[in-house]
Amino acid sequence: MTAPAPTSAETQPKSGPIGADDVIVVEDVVKIYDGRRVLDGLNFRVKRGEILVIMGGSGCGKSTLLRQLIGLQQPEQGRIWIDGSEITRLTEEAFINVRRRFGVLFQSGALFNSMTVGDNVALPIREHYPNQPDMTVDIMVKMKLSLVGMTQFAHLKPAEISGGMKKRAALARALALDPKLLFCDEPTAGLDPTRVTEFDELTLKLCRELGVTAVVVTHDMTSAFRIGTRMILLNKGKIWAVGTPDEIRAHPDPGVKRFINGDPESEVRQDADSYLQDILGESQ
Amino acid sequence: MPITLTRFFQHVTSWCWLFSNTLYWAFVSPFHGKKMRVNDLFRQMTLIGVRSLLIVFLVMFFMGLVLAMQSADTLEKVGGLSMVGGLVAAAVMREIGPMLTAIVLAGRCGAAITAELGTMRVAEELDALETMGLNPVHFLIVPRVLGMVIMAPCLTILGVFMAMYGGCLISVLFLDQDAFHYWQKSFEMLKLKDVYSGMIKSVAFGTLVSNIACYFGFIVEGGAEGVGKSTTQSVVTSIVMIIACDCVLTAFFYFI
Ligand SMILES: Nc1ncnc2c1ncn2[C@@H]1O[C@H](COP(=O)(O)OP(=O)(O)OP(=O)(O)O)[C@@H](O)[C@H]1O
Ligand SMILES: [Mg+2]
Repeated sequence: MTAPAPTSAETQPKSGPIGADDVIVVEDVVKIYDGRRVLDGLNFRVKRGEILVIMGGSGCGKSTLLRQLIGLQQPEQGRIWIDGSEITRLTEEAFINVRRRFGVLFQSGALFNSMTVGDNVALPIREHYPNQPDMTVDIMVKMKLSLVGMTQFAHLKPAEISGGMKKRAALARALALDPKLLFCDEPTAGLDPTRVTEFDELTLKLCRELGVTAVVVTHDMTSAFRIGTRMILLNKGKIWAVGTPDEIRAHPDPGVKRFINGDPESEVRQDADSYLQDILGESQ
Repeated sequence: MPITLTRFFQHVTSWCWLFSNTLYWAFVSPFHGKKMRVNDLFRQMTLIGVRSLLIVFLVMFFMGLVLAMQSADTLEKVGGLSMVGGLVAAAVMREIGPMLTAIVLAGRCGAAITAELGTMRVAEELDALETMGLNPVHFLIVPRVLGMVIMAPCLTILGVFMAMYGGCLISVLFLDQDAFHYWQKSFEMLKLKDVYSGMIKSVAFGTLVSNIACYFGFIVEGGAEGVGKSTTQSVVTSIVMIIACDCVLTAFFYFI
């Protein structure tokens, strides 16, 4: 990865200049869907080699945040820098160079259904290195597939493999170009406990040995605390809690504690009248 | 009503944007070192051209039969039964051939393209392409559009022959005409302008159908239901646009 390009004061974030270590800088990001503020003024930085875990209830905007970070959507307000380039302002052409450096694992896997698993992994390699002989591409594909234990399924179409296998194949594809920056949306959902541990170890290895920076969205608390070097807890589009795993565990807010322990949000209701009131709302 | 109108103009502007993007990736970027995806193009040409051939043949053959019978009815009264061939040829070449072929393409291939791209959109496959630094327009739309633009006139020409053959069958079997005479008369009456106006039309229709199909595939949202909705919209819009465009082009060729 290149050192951040010198930028003029005007293009620097308000919270201070981008250091050589800052891979991602997010400033005041707001995303609005149909008048609803799904992301409401987020600010954070991700340092090189870090594994940032993003957590939060279902529908709180984790995937949406990820889509802003990888430039699939433009936030209504705010700015995002990756490796010192402000992606919220880059042209399509310039963005391609940034994108080459990152791998994305989508929540649904997003494998190409018309291609086999092997071709899915080979696609980014073939497209970005068109002069590689087929042999080399084959070996690279086998290496990536063996990382996720999918070598013997390379000839199958995505429709012929299970949900967890799709996730693993998609991870192999995300790693195809040896990215320096890895974005994962619920990588462990649908995997069995052994595979979860394997994924965690793979992520840790990538980050420790190859200096990969990872942003991982997850619901899996065990996994989150195992891999995360820093955590962000989202709630209603805002950052609820942020810190190292230890800081999150010791967070004073009882809501945060409840979330990470997986306790139900409210006590079981005794009162039948208030229950009816609740579900029938104003129509009553 | 104003909401529908704004929506309509939104569709038109984003369609134009996609269309200009397609033109750029098809004709400008190959000169900037972005190679055309030739394999994909040939695959699409097979899917669109070869697989539609039978339907186009069938439809145009029946059209030839119908046209011959309809015109015979009138021409018999003025003693011009030998003109049936020429009339069928001209009508099919100038008008019915390009239009019917395009409608078949809209129903058969346009719908398939919208459904395919729409499913890819819903499954985040298009997003995945983009994050890999691969432009979906270059990767998916250009081969489909070029494939249809190339195959539409080819199918039209073959279909025209099929219709003329249908007309010949009627003339020989029921109107006591000589087959050789039929073909001779047909080619005699066919003018060069008929041929090129027909070809221009079918290229225009192919462009319209493929671009509309890709556009409606790209804008799908809301899961499987959205794919179905968009596919219907794509076919309906294509057919309306084919006929509207036909009207404009016919007027153009009529007045020059
Ligand atoms: N295309 C869209 N149009 C309108 N609203 C959307 C759209 N996509 C997401 N939303 C809304 O944004 C909110 C956040 O969605 P998002 O997918 O980011 O949730 P999430 O945190 O990833 O949830 P999960 O853990 O279930 O994946 C949801 O309330 C959703 O209704
Ligand atoms: Mg999500």
